[in-house]
Amino acid sequence: MSIKLPELPYAMDALDPHISKQTVEIHYTKHHQGYVKKLNAGIEGTEFEGMPLDEIVMKSEGGIFNNAAQTWNHTFYWEGFSPNGAGKPTGAIAEAINKKWGSFEKFQEDFNNKAATLFGSGWAWLVKNNVGDLEIVQTGNAGCPITDGFTPLLTCDVWEHAYYLDQQNKRPAYIDAFWNIVNWDVVNERFK
Amino acid sequence: MITDKMKDCQFPALGYDYSALEPYIDAQTMELHYTKHHNGYFTKLQNAVKGTDLEEKTFLEVLKNISKYSVAVRNNGGGHVNHAMFWKSMSANGGGKPKGKLLEAIENKFGSFDAFKEKFNSAAATRFGSGWAWLIVKDDKSLAVTDTPNQDNPLMDVADENGMPLLGLDVWEHAYYLKYQNKRPDYISAFWNVLDWDVIEKRYLDYIS
Repeated sequence: MSIKLPELPYAMDALDPHISKQTVEIHYTKHHQGYVKKLNAGIEGTEFEGMPLDEIVMKSEGGIFNNAAQTWNHTFYWEGFSPNGAGKPTGAIAEAINKKWGSFEKFQEDFNNKAATLFGSGWAWLVKNNVGDLEIVQTGNAGCPITDGFTPLLTCDVWEHAYYLDQQNKRPAYIDAFWNIVNWDVVNERFK
Repeated sequence: MITDKMKDCQFPALGYDYSALEPYIDAQTMELHYTKHHNGYFTKLQNAVKGTDLEEKTFLEVLKNISKYSVAVRNNGGGHVNHAMFWKSMSANGGGKPKGKLLEAIENKFGSFDAFKEKFNSAAATRFGSGWAWLIVKDDKSLAVTDTPNQDNPLMDVADENGMPLLGLDVWEHAYYLKYQNKRPDYISAFWNVLDWDVIEKRYLDYIS
């Protein structure tokens, strides 16, 4: 049983103009698919073959970890978006954000700063920690917060491949665009 | 320039047109890479150095002791030095093979120029995330192929393998994404066509003499 590339939950052009069709296409069919392929090749005949993906992420290191975590991270990234996203959070996550940061705008500022200052390739995450509080964390390269005991709620991929065709060196413009497609219903589900 | 004091650091001229390395490296990539990425590191480095005792130190001293300095100096100092060296390693009339003493040293170490290329290509292709592949001369004057993450340089005390860089290949996605997208190996193959071996050989001769 191999690890499968999950279907994209919307059409390739659904996130346009915030993330272009070309970027989604290459990001999903080349990068994400590439990690899945390399993962399957890497785990063949090892103790990881047949293991659920999150368990591989928790237990592996080196090349297998990189490909497993990048598979996990990208699936989580795509599932956090909706073409009808837009706007502010609602429900329990909105309350928790207000409680922690005072306002959605303050939270956004903090998240934007973490996403903009991650040096090199990596990810910015909104997570729930083990006592139920919200935090924003950065991970380098394939880093995945589940290995630190966090429950990830939302992520922004800041590898240059996530935005270079659309915004080139202007990572902050990509991060601004990102907020327009966040699916807060999904974030609320993850927060439960 | 590596022996210059940090306060005397200038943003270097590119030395050729943005389109000079076409079709191997496209003009848009060159312009963004030089005016936005490199210039960004240079500006941030100046801000990190200004008014500190780093002003009187040379790049070489700072890189060799980088673990004593801030993350801003490491990232932007590396970013500046790496890019300045990268531009000078390339030319519109590049390509071909090294000759003379450098070729001899490459053949001695790797068996052949093609075997060296294969090793370098592999280092460049498998560096996970952002970083650089390098040909370096170690303290014992022998050559080695290595790679570093992000903007680290082989002179830095934090690098896995230390030495004087002769040649660096930028494998951050910004170096190739507009033209090659996910196909990093195509960019790596193209790179050999623009390498200025005269410059690289001079670096080698200067270092070993």
